[in-house]
Amino acid sequence: MVLTKRIIPCLDIKDGRVVKGTNFLGLRDAGDPVELASRYNAQGADEVVFLDITASKEERGALIDVIRRAADELFLPLTVGGGINSIGDMQDLLRAGADKVSINTGGVKNPELITKGAEKFGNQCIVVAIDLRRNDEMKDGVTVIEMPDGSLCWYEVVIYGGSKPTGIDAVKWAKEAESRGAGEILLTSMETDGVKEGFDIPVTSKISTEVRIPVIASGGVGKLEHFYDGFVYGRADACLAASVFHFGEMTVADVKEYLAKRGVPVRI
Amino acid sequence: MTRVAILDYGLGNLRSVKKGVEKAGATVFITDDVEEMATADGVVLPGVGAFSEGMEKLNEMKKALLGYAESSPVLGICLGMQMLLDVGEEYGIHEGLGLVPGRVRQFPEKPGYKIPHMGWNNLKIVNDDPLFEGIPDNSYVYFVHSFYAETAKEYTLTSTDYICTFSSAIRNKNAWGTQFHPEKSGETGLKILENFIGML
Repeated sequence: MVLTKRIIPCLDIKDGRVVKGTNFLGLRDAGDPVELASRYNAQGADEVVFLDITASKEERGALIDVIRRAADELFLPLTVGGGINSIGDMQDLLRAGADKVSINTGGVKNPELITKGAEKFGNQCIVVAIDLRRNDEMKDGVTVIEMPDGSLCWYEVVIYGGSKPTGIDAVKWAKEAESRGAGEILLTSMETDGVKEGFDIPVTSKISTEVRIPVIASGGVGKLEHFYDGFVYGRADACLAASVFHFGEMTVADVKEYLAKRGVPVRI
Repeated sequence: MTRVAILDYGLGNLRSVKKGVEKAGATVFITDDVEEMATADGVVLPGVGAFSEGMEKLNEMKKALLGYAESSPVLGICLGMQMLLDVGEEYGIHEGLGLVPGRVRQFPEKPGYKIPHMGWNNLKIVNDDPLFEGIPDNSYVYFVHSFYAETAKEYTLTSTDYICTFSSAIRNKNAWGTQFHPEKSGETGLKILENFIGML
């Protein structure tokens, strides 16, 4: 009996619809996030993440409606992220039925948002999402990470969907997020995201051993073994993926069956 | 139809609990009024957040809730379960409701174990109880917590292993509690909620 490793499908949402193509699932309405999420639920997903990629004020209503419907129909944990900049934003999503909110750029720009959110809603509600990128220009005070080829680098936090470097050391930022009350860290490496060659193992492993809270690995899954690597070598507590599930390359059930065979504890 | 009151003491995602209990077959109302609560067939004490803050908010309803539990079933979920116990140790020592003998303790640090205990873990049935009717040993349920219940075996319905072996569901007389979230535990969780409603 052990705590199982979690598999978390992520749905990118725009104007209340899933952005990536989902016809493969034979859904009546391929673009409905709640319908897709319930398919993932049936496949054995341990949680679902909704990421609002528009995140403009005007379109917030559509997202709130999606969360309400998802919370009414699905009895598994729901995390919502994208454009969360205030306690009010968090409250709206939690009231709609989200269990956790994921804070990214908003938390980097205003770290007090993490502290205040954790105080008000509890640590378990606050996921701090960190987008990061490898930086080979060493400087004083950074956390040195050794790559598999022996080269040394550090990882920098990037914001606004990965477009803007901040100069902030990602390992230090993860520890600060923890001390401010984050209940979980969601890491997305710009080095591996979309490349489908696996998670960014060195930085995931480093951060997962440096913090006491759970770490979710994200960005880079292309094959089943990438999940195994994320858990075993990346020391992740959960692995998140989007496109491999959206495009039907594998189901959550496939992933779990594979992991179970290789001795990784999963809920089947 | 069975009527269940969800006690609103200012914390937690009440919507999911309400939907879960409705899905399990009851009519649900959310209330912070103890007189209204008293009209229900059963009460659910939900909760996420800190013990001290929860008890502070619950204190004014405490007497009414204890009176209610003398004759009617109460189900505490997560923090709601922890508050059923005598004492909590989160942010200082705080008196709980005392409906189930025992205390709430913080998980000690242990290498390789993250805190909070977050995710799906399984239940080992310790004492048979109608709440777990039809729930097989080792069923998976969803947990999120950094503190755990320490109570005698006679009050323990299920145990779960994480850092230590702790009581993941408890009962004394009319008070039941689950450390996990049945409303987030898929079909297994809904079955447990159905079992609770079935006892009302």
